Amino acid sequence: MADQTASHSYAPEYPWWLQPIATVVILSAFALYSIWVAFQARGYVAPYLSPFYSPPVRVGAIPISPAWWVVWVPAGFRATCYYYRKAYYRSFFRDPVSCMIGESRRRYAGETAFPFILNNLHRFLLYLAIIVLAFLWRDTVAAFFFDGRFGVHLGSLVFLVNVVLLSGYTVGCHAFRHMVGGNLDCYSCARGGRVRYRLWQWVNPFNHQHAPWAWASLFSVAAADVYVRLLMAGVISDPKLF
Amino acid sequence: MTDATLHVFRGDKTGGDLRTYQVPVTEGMVVLDAIHYIQQHEDSTLACRWNCKAAKCGSCSAEVNGKPRLMCKTRLDQFMGSPVTVRPLAAFPLIKDLVTDVSWNYRVNQEIPPFTPARDDTGPWRMYPEDVDRMFEFRRCIECFLCQDVCHVLREHDGTSRYYGPRFMVRIAGLEMHPKDTVSRAHLLRGRGGIGFCNITKCCEEVCPEEIHITDNAIIPLKERVADEYFDPWRALLRAFRGRREPRGT
Repeated sequence: MADQTASHSYAPEYPWWLQPIATVVILSAFALYSIWVAFQARGYVAPYLSPFYSPPVRVGAIPISPAWWVVWVPAGFRATCYYYRKAYYRSFFRDPVSCMIGESRRRYAGETAFPFILNNLHRFLLYLAIIVLAFLWRDTVAAFFFDGRFGVHLGSLVFLVNVVLLSGYTVGCHAFRHMVGGNLDCYSCARGGRVRYRLWQWVNPFNHQHAPWAWASLFSVAAADVYVRLLMAGVISDPKLF
Repeated sequence: MTDATLHVFRGDKTGGDLRTYQVPVTEGMVVLDAIHYIQQHEDSTLACRWNCKAAKCGSCSAEVNGKPRLMCKTRLDQFMGSPVTVRPLAAFPLIKDLVTDVSWNYRVNQEIPPFTPARDDTGPWRMYPEDVDRMFEFRRCIECFLCQDVCHVLREHDGTSRYYGPRFMVRIAGLEMHPKDTVSRAHLLRGRGGIGFCNITKCCEEVCPEEIHITDNAIIPLKERVADEYFDPWRALLRAFRGRREPRGT
């Protein structure tokens, strides 16, 4: 029989490598798709503005795709997100690839050294992501107006679902939870403490489901952009629902 | 009555191996019952630490089929007749068989500044539910050290000199969030406590028998408090003008 230091035999309900591989495939595919989208330099078909291009920013005569001025904000927000950190540390860096699975890499600095120490700046990307989210809500409202008249098309609902999922993901952010009330020690004695306690309580359910919100909103962003691109290419029409 | 096959680690710090035992299974039997059966009927020299047998003392921690668990809370019937392997916690020095030396944890505990109310605040204190409800969860910790065992920093990267481990992040969170505590432990967390070594992969949460949300409710809020102190120039500016105030929110 093996000694105490032998490899472990803990087997979860499904193969331990399944989740890391799925994470690598999905995140890599999304990153590649985002880069491709940003290089397209256009993402608008009335009244829909691709979420990768919102807000539409142009800086002087610099000839780059407007997406590059914006896309780094949500990308950085997700890259420093506590949930995605868990996902990519496990999947891309195998630190650890799964609980109780031995690690081959001996050098480990965690988040104490460059580059991962930059994850401590997550809150600043949250602030910027909230601004971007406000523009996405504006775009969603615009997606319900066709030639100045209110209407509901399939694309309107795609945009609505996307912005709701993005809002759920943003509200559930750990840094947001900290900001609204988690940073207080004494709710009963702080100015506005009880309101902040209620806010903190309201945010908690979103925070506890941060991972599902993170994945769902990732897919919805891609779906909203794909919808816009299919409309731009004339592959699909935008059916009017009512 | 069927038999269960147990492979139990036998040995000490000089080495050891797994030995196989057959144990008759009764209804509701847990792994600790099987270990006791072995002690009583097959080998009385088998060493195992236990106390309450009710999942409240945290003594009977071991790695059952490779996963850190309380032996008294792990039913044999969940393994559906497959052999069960029982090893000691790998993150701590072995004493004998299933008993490890967890005294490092108690030394770490002594390094943490205890609850410190203001000198002139002698009470009696009126505590409001909203101020203390976060801490009830942390108070559930039974110090079984399963989270310490599964933590890859302590286990795989010899992190005991760099990181306190999840158990003590929970303890520090309980102190830091206490409305009457006046000491900031942010400096300790960033330095000797080594919170930056935690990369929030949540294995500690997966093994906690008390289902404490160690990462979401203790470690990440502490990381955010360390970010308040060391990675947020805006807050540093506010502190410079308004002065440091402890506890937060007063």
